[in-house]
Amino acid sequence: MGLKYILRRLLTMIPVFFLVVTVVFFMIRFAPGGPFSAEKKVSPQVLKNLEAKYHMDEPLIQQYFRYLGDLSRFDLGPSFKHSNRTVNEIIGEALPVSMELGLISLCWALLIGITAGGLAALKPNTPYDYIPMSLSIMGICLPTFVIGPVLVLVFGLWFNWLPVAGWNSWQDRLLPSLTLGFAYAAYISRLTRGGFMEIRHQDFIRTARAKGLTEGQILIKHALRGGILPVISYLGPALAGIITGALVTETIFNIPGLGRFFIESALNRDYTVVMATSLLYFSLIFLCNFLVDIVYVILDPRVKYE
Amino acid sequence: MALLEIKNLKAHFHTRKGVVKAVNGISYSLNPGETLGIVGESGSGKSVSQLSYLRLLPSPPLRIPEGEVLYRGENILTMSDDKLRALRGNKISMIFQEPMTSLNPYLTIGSQLIEPLVIHSKLSKKVAWKEACEALNRVGIPEAEKAMKVYPHEFSGGMRQRVMIAMALTTRPEVLIADEPTTALDVTVQAQILEILKTIQKETQMAIILITHDLGVIAGISDKVVVMYAGRVFEEAPVDTLFENSEHPYTRALLKSTPRIDISQEKIPVIGGTIPDLSQLKTGCPFYERCDYRKDICQAEFPKVRKVSSVHESFCHVENFK
Repeated sequence: MGLKYILRRLLTMIPVFFLVVTVVFFMIRFAPGGPFSAEKKVSPQVLKNLEAKYHMDEPLIQQYFRYLGDLSRFDLGPSFKHSNRTVNEIIGEALPVSMELGLISLCWALLIGITAGGLAALKPNTPYDYIPMSLSIMGICLPTFVIGPVLVLVFGLWFNWLPVAGWNSWQDRLLPSLTLGFAYAAYISRLTRGGFMEIRHQDFIRTARAKGLTEGQILIKHALRGGILPVISYLGPALAGIITGALVTETIFNIPGLGRFFIESALNRDYTVVMATSLLYFSLIFLCNFLVDIVYVILDPRVKYE
Repeated sequence: MALLEIKNLKAHFHTRKGVVKAVNGISYSLNPGETLGIVGESGSGKSVSQLSYLRLLPSPPLRIPEGEVLYRGENILTMSDDKLRALRGNKISMIFQEPMTSLNPYLTIGSQLIEPLVIHSKLSKKVAWKEACEALNRVGIPEAEKAMKVYPHEFSGGMRQRVMIAMALTTRPEVLIADEPTTALDVTVQAQILEILKTIQKETQMAIILITHDLGVIAGISDKVVVMYAGRVFEEAPVDTLFENSEHPYTRALLKSTPRIDISQEKIPVIGGTIPDLSQLKTGCPFYERCDYRKDICQAEFPKVRKVSSVHESFCHVENFK
């Protein structure tokens, strides 16, 4: 795999990107209602002025090409609902917050998940296995809207150690990132355990033992790489999901992240924001998976991309 | 003193379905420079008997309820893990049946090859690298420097088995345990691999334990042979004696069922029945049901050793075949 492959992979992103732009653009337009439909009817004249301002009086196809033109200049247009704010501004403010929350959460998830999963795999069918694996089932089953408030109750209200909401100091980061990271940690711990359990029974691990390596050397040099691969493949979609999918966590802890725009914009038919969040999600998924593929090649020499 | 002496070794697997008695009290010994062939069907306990005392099988379920395995007079079974680890891959090396999966696919040949030297001989990586290259040359891999840098999947099965042998031999072991080293390879490659083993043995005087179900392989390389069945040794003899004057009905049946090139055969005789369930073993001889020579006493007790000569032992109630 060389630079050529990387370039080609990135180039294939362009047509797919266009496809996503087109499909989302027309789908949201065809959905009934619009950004200006509300309980209280606006007068026809006002509506006309609004539509003229946002170019909604033009034929749809013309609006589509206007949007493409703006997009090529990285201009995501004005928000329909948040007047006086551009989508660029909204994303520019919210994305870094969500990214920070997402990345901290993912670090927790990896730290907790790999430790617990590795421990379980090292001592299968013992309490070191049963306890973390039962907890992980809980982590997968319990939704964030249960874990979040429980953490707030215990650490925020009972012990009074950590702030219950907000996004200013570093202490503010702890509870939300743990809440968001917990489910991912649970999943990663199971993947880690599975990966290591499979590797442990491979013939080459027996070879390593027959060579006189210690269990620690076997784990680090012979088992880690192969055992961690399932986690790596999961990380691509997980990273995209953890950055964009923090709606519940962000709401519980009152964090000014992206999450709420996903729901809000779709319900309000805030066309430009819907476009922006969809494209952002697509780009994240694409890039994260791309990164994972590259890491995969580095870890597993048998994988080759032409 | 023998280099390696196995005395009444038993190895049992305690599973949920009961105790699987894979090895039921076997004894034999190995002298320096000697090649001992262990032959038997699948499930006869050939591999388990070796892997068990080297602690290469998961325990539990494996348990060794009885026996002694003496390496230069010292009991391996009671050794500390650290002490045994210092022997494994150093004085006692192993090569396995599956060259395709026995090498780590994520690491280069070189980094796997130098491990025993770095761990046991305490060589620096640089010196170990050089030695490993020489080891590759010895097993007939050309351009060793280049071979050191590739990954196992870039090699064929035969080449990988050569790498395994080179890896097992870097530390100049006194005992090499070869567990079906040629089974997964095609016939021409088999011959090459056995040739390599023989040549190196001549140079280094190491002893080889060769586990196989292929009598042809045994005939080609062994000095003496142990025939195993259902976790027991049935017969032990020098290789020529075994092939010409076997004193055990199982060995005889086994030899008869081997295809031969020197006589024309319409059909190759088979041994009727199957190997008994190792978790349901009864007292008496485990071959009883399939044996053409069986007598009543065979069902009642397993025979004691019968010394046919000073080097030939058979475990059978029947005497005087033919």
